[in-house]
Amino acid sequence: MFANFDFDVIRRSLAYLFLDGMTFTLMLTALAGLGGLAFGTLIAMMRLSGFALLARIAGLYVDFMRSLPLVLVIFWFYFLVPYIGQWLTGASRPIHVGAFASSLITFIMFEAAYFSEIMRAGIQSISKGQPSAAQALGLTYGQTMRYVVLPQAFRNMLPVLLTQTIVLFQDTSLVYVVSIPDFLGAASIVAQRDGRLVEMYLFAALVYFAISCVASFGVRQLQAKIAVVR
Amino acid sequence: MKTLHILGLALATVLGVSQAGAEELTGTLKNIKDTGAITIGFRDSSIPFSYLDDHQQPVGFAMDICGKIVDAIKNELKLDKLEVKLNPVTSSTRIPLLANGTIDLECGSTTNNAERQKQVAFTNTHFLTASRFVAKKANNLSAIDDLKGKSVVSTAGTTNIKQLTEANAARNLGINIIPAKDHAEAFLMVETDRAAAFVMDDILLASLVAGSKDPSAYAISKDAFSKPEPYGIMLRKDDPAFKKLVDAATAKIYTSGEGLKLYDKWFMQKIPPKGLNLNTPIAPELKAEFAKPSDSPDPDSYKAM
Amino acid sequence: MNYHWNWHIFFEPDPTGATTYLDLLLRGLLLTIETALFAWIVALVFGSIVGVMRTLPSRSASWFGFAYVEFFRNMPLLVQLFLWFFVLPELLPRSAGLWLKQLPNAPFYTAGIGIGLYMSARVAEQLRAGIGSLPRGQRMAATALGLTRAQVYRYVLLPMAFRIILPPLTSEFLNTIKNTAVAITIGLIELTGEARSMQEFSFQVFEAFAAATLLYLLLNVVVVTAMRLLERSVAIPGYISGK
Repeated sequence: MFANFDFDVIRRSLAYLFLDGMTFTLMLTALAGLGGLAFGTLIAMMRLSGFALLARIAGLYVDFMRSLPLVLVIFWFYFLVPYIGQWLTGASRPIHVGAFASSLITFIMFEAAYFSEIMRAGIQSISKGQPSAAQALGLTYGQTMRYVVLPQAFRNMLPVLLTQTIVLFQDTSLVYVVSIPDFLGAASIVAQRDGRLVEMYLFAALVYFAISCVASFGVRQLQAKIAVVR
Repeated sequence: MKTLHILGLALATVLGVSQAGAEELTGTLKNIKDTGAITIGFRDSSIPFSYLDDHQQPVGFAMDICGKIVDAIKNELKLDKLEVKLNPVTSSTRIPLLANGTIDLECGSTTNNAERQKQVAFTNTHFLTASRFVAKKANNLSAIDDLKGKSVVSTAGTTNIKQLTEANAARNLGINIIPAKDHAEAFLMVETDRAAAFVMDDILLASLVAGSKDPSAYAISKDAFSKPEPYGIMLRKDDPAFKKLVDAATAKIYTSGEGLKLYDKWFMQKIPPKGLNLNTPIAPELKAEFAKPSDSPDPDSYKAM
Repeated sequence: MNYHWNWHIFFEPDPTGATTYLDLLLRGLLLTIETALFAWIVALVFGSIVGVMRTLPSRSASWFGFAYVEFFRNMPLLVQLFLWFFVLPELLPRSAGLWLKQLPNAPFYTAGIGIGLYMSARVAEQLRAGIGSLPRGQRMAATALGLTRAQVYRYVLLPMAFRIILPPLTSEFLNTIKNTAVAITIGLIELTGEARSMQEFSFQVFEAFAAATLLYLLLNVVVVTAMRLLERSVAIPGYISGK
């Protein structure tokens, strides 16, 4: 069955796959994860704030992003971001946005909706006594959030947040649809150029599997450790 | 004579630009001057126009022409350094990416036609090619009507898939049309028997066949879906200053004989990555066009001398 | 902005001259729904089996369930679709592989099975959590009454578990619908694919994607409403899931 397969093509393209493709994927995952988390926390706070208008806007944003396929959102942002930039900066032409920047914005905006739901659950799980005590101590709303509520919420939701990051890592493979060369894109380019679909796609699957497995295992260990703290 | 005209024009433009504030840069040229960079869109498998060699670097006939255009721009804007950024495009992303500013020039195998000229602009033609299909010899497919009821693949966003769709409807062939992301993927579908035929410009088909594992297994159809149509390097519409510059640069390349030299390099000699020689002598219509460069979308306007 | 708006594009004929662009988008929507339903049935069937396996006392069944879930959860859906579509036919004997490749609706079946199996892992996890949330007494009482293991699951555990997990299953179904868009990479021209096609032929990028977005939102609303009605109709009064 594996007689006429040429696994050497993997060895020959390792440098390109990892130095170009995997670097792109990992950087996108890391930066989009952080950005999405920050933006998501902001949205969660908007939803939980007392202001009906803010809560409504945040709610609509989350529902909107969660009803659309990521592929469609990728298309939107890939073609749309330069026009938004033009509108925002009042330039005369759409401004140039590179592939990485466009993907980063896409994933931050998209994942923020999911991160915000996780953070919202986390913030709501903090007992009411905490912010009340903080208020009694004279802390402002901002200080309460920054020093009392959010740190605890983060710690509680850390395993779920990390799992969502693993999902983000896998989702980055979808930039394939706009031919952006992430790890899967790089594997695809080699596969199609050399006609070695089986070898390259099996290898890509193995790598994604290995990384995700190790990461989920790590998250499970972490979960076991911090579960005791509570 | 023509060269002198162009040199004179270039000189006048340069002098004009250097008059402080007399002629302000607009559009793409302004962008390039401000950012010190120009972004070029390249293809990954449009051999030999724009494709990736085995170091994953884009090379090709169109890439070389664009290289010279970039040099002309650099001279024109009097820049010490002009950074050339490369952005991969496919047939279906090239026009939106050009329109939204992600790329400034698309250097590949894009057909210049009237419909596209509503969205983008083209510079002087660099090739002429007709739309045909390739299939495995064993399947004995040579005429368009032979494709009846079969699965045929073409690349998404091309004039070829549009012509295939129209022919399918007009001749009632009941073809199952499969869109592929790019030429390599489409050819692979024929190679692995997923599709019976691949419709594409005949030069691209010839190159893909020549570079395949078993070139003798394939045959390109006699029938064509279209007359030989012109390829042009794409740039944004409504940017007359940039178009003038690019037109001048390409005209200079073709009329000065450099165009013929580049043609020879990519079509009559060994090309990366496998040292293939396409051995395709220059068509008389193209030779005539090099002598008198034109950006016309009308296939009939290209006649041999 | 150098973009030419043309909202009438929806009523203009596509390159075949046979239908309008709006028709194409609606046809894509239909294909999305069909693929999602097919995948969802696959997901429910396999997910239920594996979910039950994970709650069985047998260690090997439990371990198999764990491996199954881990396998499908740790690979991106796109990679899984590629494996089913591009790799599987090459690994089979030549005639079987050829048959698979030349199947008239290969992308549909591949997408349905690929997405279905991917979602089945998530359904299995939900079911496991659902069964686990039932009081231990249920299973014990059923055994005490003399029911066999299969009967315990069929008459006592599963009916309650499925009702409990109906809300998370709704969101998994919505995920299935969204995941059908990934199948454009293997040639399934569903709603997102048709929008892309429309963009390629007519150059009206925004109109095409705006229409697709609207249709997805509409689909979302319809599914959520339908599932909510379903929840209400199967709810057991007095139990947590009953409203």
